[in-house]
Amino acid sequence: MKQYSYFPGCGLSPEGFGRAFDWSIKGVNKVLDLEFKEIPDWNCCGTVPYDTLHEHASFAVCARNLALAEQIGGDLVAPCSSCYVFLSRTNQYIHEYAKVKKEVEDALAAGGLAYHGKVKVRKVLDVYVNDVGYDVIAAKVKKSLEGLKVACYYGCQEVRPIFGRDHPENPKYMDKLVKALGAEAVNFPLKSACCGGSLIISEEDASLELIKKLLDSAVSNGAEVMITGCPLCQLNVDAYQAMVNRKYKTDYHLPILFFTQLMGVAFGLDEKDLGLKTSIVPVKKALAKFI
Amino acid sequence: MAPKIGVYICHCGSNIAGIVDCSKVTEFARGLPNVAVARDYKYMCSDPGQNLIKEDIKKLGLNRVVVASCSPRMHEPTFRRACQDAGLNQYLFEMANIREQCSWVHVDKEMATEKAKALVSAAVHRVALQEPLETKEVAMNPCTLVIGGGVAGIQAALEIADAGHKVYLLEKEPSIGGHMAMFDKTFPTLDCAACILTPKMTSVGQNHNIELLAYSELVELSGYIGNFKAKIKKKARYIDTVKCTGCGRCSELCPTSLPNEFDCGLGQRKAIYIPSPYAVPNKAIIDAKNCLHLKGKANGKDVCRLCQKGNEKKGLVGCEAEAIDFDQKDEMVEIEIGNIIVATGFQQFDPAKIYQLGYGRLNNVFTSLEFERLTNASGPTSGRVLLKDGSEPKTIAILHCIGSRDANYHKYCSRVCCMYSLKFAHLLREKLPEAAVYQLYIDMRCAGSGYEEFYERLQEEGVNFIRGKAGEVTDLAESPEEKDRLVVMVEDTLVRRKRRLPVDMVILSCALEPRPDTEQLARILTLSRKADGFFLEKHPKLDPVATTTDGVYIVGCCQSPKDIPDTVAQASAAAARVLALISKGKVEIEAAIANIDEEKCSGCKICIDLCPYKAISFDEEKKVSRVNEALCKGCGTCVAACPSGAIKGRHFTTEEIMAEIEGVLA
Repeated sequence: MKQYSYFPGCGLSPEGFGRAFDWSIKGVNKVLDLEFKEIPDWNCCGTVPYDTLHEHASFAVCARNLALAEQIGGDLVAPCSSCYVFLSRTNQYIHEYAKVKKEVEDALAAGGLAYHGKVKVRKVLDVYVNDVGYDVIAAKVKKSLEGLKVACYYGCQEVRPIFGRDHPENPKYMDKLVKALGAEAVNFPLKSACCGGSLIISEEDASLELIKKLLDSAVSNGAEVMITGCPLCQLNVDAYQAMVNRKYKTDYHLPILFFTQLMGVAFGLDEKDLGLKTSIVPVKKALAKFI
Repeated sequence: MAPKIGVYICHCGSNIAGIVDCSKVTEFARGLPNVAVARDYKYMCSDPGQNLIKEDIKKLGLNRVVVASCSPRMHEPTFRRACQDAGLNQYLFEMANIREQCSWVHVDKEMATEKAKALVSAAVHRVALQEPLETKEVAMNPCTLVIGGGVAGIQAALEIADAGHKVYLLEKEPSIGGHMAMFDKTFPTLDCAACILTPKMTSVGQNHNIELLAYSELVELSGYIGNFKAKIKKKARYIDTVKCTGCGRCSELCPTSLPNEFDCGLGQRKAIYIPSPYAVPNKAIIDAKNCLHLKGKANGKDVCRLCQKGNEKKGLVGCEAEAIDFDQKDEMVEIEIGNIIVATGFQQFDPAKIYQLGYGRLNNVFTSLEFERLTNASGPTSGRVLLKDGSEPKTIAILHCIGSRDANYHKYCSRVCCMYSLKFAHLLREKLPEAAVYQLYIDMRCAGSGYEEFYERLQEEGVNFIRGKAGEVTDLAESPEEKDRLVVMVEDTLVRRKRRLPVDMVILSCALEPRPDTEQLARILTLSRKADGFFLEKHPKLDPVATTTDGVYIVGCCQSPKDIPDTVAQASAAAARVLALISKGKVEIEAAIANIDEEKCSGCKICIDLCPYKAISFDEEKKVSRVNEALCKGCGTCVAACPSGAIKGRHFTTEEIMAEIEGVLA
């Protein structure tokens, strides 16, 4: 079995807003016979807003996680898109800039650690579809999600051209996953558009407008649920849906799920283990046929 | 006779002298073995510079000459000629490149001077061993092959044919005319493309000196300037072109309906069809992939044949000329020619690659070539500019630089898009006076005779110019005004604001890019290509239509994107070059070629398979290999490979090269 280390990040920690992502990953992993070994004593990935204030210091903070992951061995799985982007960027900067490398090495050495640049950072979905494969996933489906219309929301981070994964504007690998589960991926032109990210805190109006556009596009194309692989996207579109409705006089009730929750439903896992109740917009009605 | 060498160091203005201390190099050269005289001069290639060499040869009795200056690609012929003028065999001249390979690439003056000395020393050691060689002349075949029947190929073919020489005009498609035949009007004069091109197309068909090889491809080429042999595949047309009258009845009978390539797929054609209203040759062709009979025949069934038999029920007779031949096969022909003009043109960039522009996804997003057909009287809408639903657009946006000036696709500017976009805007203002037309541009590039004036005219005609490159075309409406329309998102960099522009029609001004078969053709013709994929000319400024393969010329858009006037000018230039060679009647053959010592040759034939020019044959009687002096290019492959050391590369002997190396190290 291929080995992976695992960096949940703050979003997927037991108190985190994306804890259902963590639970459902663990549930799906059991079905797919995978194990992600959590890095012991991991710390903040160093991203927003720290890297915008002290970029170089945040590389050192981030590299501590990479160094610890290197001790475990194998690829490092980072479910959160922000973590994924920043861990990848730290890796890249250490590789490309001698100055960054030196600073990071000095900082790690002070804590008795060393990083040799051997860790490859991955996303959960990347591992599922490329290491496991659509066929295997389809074979594990116990309850086909036939008839369910799904909007696949990739978000803006994991499809960036630098990662070279699929088309940055029109990625398809999550759509294919949905198909493997028996459901239908609806046309969703904003699949890799921005949800506003952490701007929801400082620039609420701008973010609400972006969230509204996502909801408009998904619902007008017939989506009954939206799935994503990014905890920040999930939080924004889920938690701020009511505020969008108030501001724009709309009436959206679109459940926003992690793709692993949907996989769990198709695999026939217990809904409690998938954290379906942690969502703010209720999901039960849309999935009633399958649970 | 002992070598008596003259060495000349060129300053090339400050090009060399700015980095290399030429007087020190000259001083150094004086101390080299066999050097009788060494001089430096500001410009060796100038008349006085050449005269220095000539006078020294005559007065001092020099029997070897070295010039240290630029790359031999530029001026080796110049100095060889100077030597020859003074009575010295041209192969007793050697050139040291101290510009491209020294002064231009170094910054440290001292080190550069040392390197220049080493290069001069190499040349001096080498030239001492060089031997006089005699060049040979062979007759020039007066026939010419022109590849590509667009406006460039047509122009070149007509000029050569009108001068009384035979031309084979090769065209891959079933009709000549190329892209220009698809255009509506031409900028900036607005004369109709068909009106100026079709008379030329007809002349090609009627000219007795032109043999039109339509629907044919070049497969193989051998030989050399003056004496090429080309193998050409005439693809099966399933029509006897001698019998076919071009009446078009067969198309009326054919039950199929397929997208018409000439209309960029916007209109329909049959499986048996005449490619365009002004096709030359005006003959039918069968699209074998979609012909019901040919498809059935492959499965052993006899179906359809309505074009041949006619339709009795409807009282229609089939082809009366009996021109349809379902058994026709591809045919190989071989022709002999002296020169080749390559005029293969371009292909349009596929904007579907830029997902966010919506081409292929959103209705009413058109490419520039599609719009040419849409606005053309012979096009699918008879020249009416219509949306997919048949209504007229009220607002149209023309998006510049699609695939050009874009690091993700092509870095170069395609040169014609600004101008044809202006032409589109003019045609739209003329045909739809009520409609608003927007041009979204990065910069307006209107360099050419009458071009800037045309731009000014369009500004006065009420076209809206927005400086900004469109980022996205979407159908996601955000306001009632945008509902069921296209929205172009652009940053207007003059007012410094992001804009959403609701429009009914989007025209993408797509880049011109190399044709996909450029690489294959380059291999057949031994041509080089530039980083952008287009064919490489011999010299970008001073020899823009010739190539590094003697006797092969490149004209038009296969060399780089250009407009019709420049294309035609290049075609005429190449025709003139070919005519000059034909009138000279003979061509000089390089003497620096391989030579086989029959005594040493063991007859192993290794060299025969290795020779890339098929220049070596086997003498069965004497059991030795023989080099055809006219075919050999002097590449040296056989010299290096011969296990018996029987092959000598003239002008590149082992001794000469060893001496050169010793010179560098000395």
